[in-house]
Amino acid sequence: MSATRRFGLRGIAALYLVAVLLGPLAMVFYRAFAHGLHPLWSSLSDPNTVHAFELTLVITAIAVPVNTLFGIVCALAIVRRRFPGAGIVNAIVDLPLALSPVVVGLMLFLLYGRTGWFGSFFQAHGIQILFATPSLVIATVFVSLPFVAREVVPTLRELGDEQEQAAHTLGASGWQAFWRVTLPSIRWAVVYGVVLTTARCLGEYGAVAVVSGHIEGKTETATLRVQDYYENFNQAGSYGIAIVLAAISVVVLLVMTLLRPKESA
Amino acid sequence: MTTFLSVVVLLPIAALVWTSGKHGWHEFWSVVSAPESVAALELTLGAAVIVSGLNAALGTITAWVLVRDDFVGKSLMNAVIDLPFALPTIVGGLTLLALYGPSSPLGIDIAFTRTAIVLALMFETLPFVVRTVQPVLLELDREAEEAARSLGAGEARVFRSIVLPNILPGILSGVALAFARAVGEIGSIVLISGNLPFKTEVAAVFVFNHIQSGDQNGASAVAVVMLVIAFLLLLAIGGLRYLTTRHERNA
Repeated sequence: MSATRRFGLRGIAALYLVAVLLGPLAMVFYRAFAHGLHPLWSSLSDPNTVHAFELTLVITAIAVPVNTLFGIVCALAIVRRRFPGAGIVNAIVDLPLALSPVVVGLMLFLLYGRTGWFGSFFQAHGIQILFATPSLVIATVFVSLPFVAREVVPTLRELGDEQEQAAHTLGASGWQAFWRVTLPSIRWAVVYGVVLTTARCLGEYGAVAVVSGHIEGKTETATLRVQDYYENFNQAGSYGIAIVLAAISVVVLLVMTLLRPKESA
Repeated sequence: MTTFLSVVVLLPIAALVWTSGKHGWHEFWSVVSAPESVAALELTLGAAVIVSGLNAALGTITAWVLVRDDFVGKSLMNAVIDLPFALPTIVGGLTLLALYGPSSPLGIDIAFTRTAIVLALMFETLPFVVRTVQPVLLELDREAEEAARSLGAGEARVFRSIVLPNILPGILSGVALAFARAVGEIGSIVLISGNLPFKTEVAAVFVFNHIQSGDQNGASAVAVVMLVIAFLLLLAIGGLRYLTTRHERNA
């Protein structure tokens, strides 16, 4: 390939990444510190902001284990048990990747809202689902559902079941074969899936925005707090939370980058 | 597992479909064809088409550079591609606002315009095509290209007749994923678009606003349209996956 063409393509790719991705990101860091550390710190240490971060962490701490367990079981079922309807299960697991999070939020609204299918039942028992932590957790579980299963399915397929068969022949129970043979071979896929799930949970906005009710210090998550600050003209606060979330993303990205070669090895 | 899937995914879908259909097909259609719904859906699909096209071209170029070129900083470039997957969407929107908003240091203010929507969607969908084309390019046998060149084919001809047919399924599934994402996106758009009905209100924001104002019928009707689009795109992606793995299965 000619040098001009190569430099041309390289230039287009670099310009594209800088204009769309890196430039804006650098600007956020600049903006967050533009007014000095004081307004930044006072917004970040605001009790409602601290609560928003805590809430996000609680939601993530529930949704990630649930979806990890589900993802592994689901992947095993899709790959190993050729049950009727496996294709449908596969498609449903993928749905959250293609569906708008706002639509997910609306669905939960219609189920658990005051006039929803289960709304009156839970209301009669004094359990608040919508505009409270439970709906935030359910929404987050829904949108982060596919990631572990998506990573584990191809690894399981490639692995084949010969080793598991061998373990069974040697007298291992299904559970032993899973712990000793299957899980060690898929562990990097699981870890990669967990990292992706965690990133999605921490950053969820659309579904959570619908079911949260935006009650400061109660149902406001970190991402909703970013919007709240921005719309109330507290730029330092909004950019401040944004860079904390961005810093977490960079860590996530590092972990992803470090894990990828291991996976292919 | 099936129970979990039913409770978490199927039950909510059933509630949505039931709500949108409970007043009959006629009512559903009149809500979907109301001017504001049509405007929101047209804007969303139009923006998704533009973004998909840009992604197909720029994503393929980026994947090409990452596989075939070699330069200092290439591994860094490779790593930052995934950043939009890791970054919360609302932060993505805020970053664009910081550079291309009212107080832009470049003097480019596109806040509250349709251009801003396209830019936000480009940001969010950047990794899709790169990540579906990259592995195919890596595995592509370069002997066929060499052969074509030795037979006198120019670079453009080699790309068109040899490389493109091989990476096309990858490009298309990346585009389908990006399209799906673009149709449903809200987080990165909500701060920068201004959300003006008939002008910069995308479908997801339409649904959100109509939930907030208590119009469940309007929200549900547009949401069902989005649900159908999501299903169709998943079908298309599944079909592409089936086509690309056909050789492996027959072997």
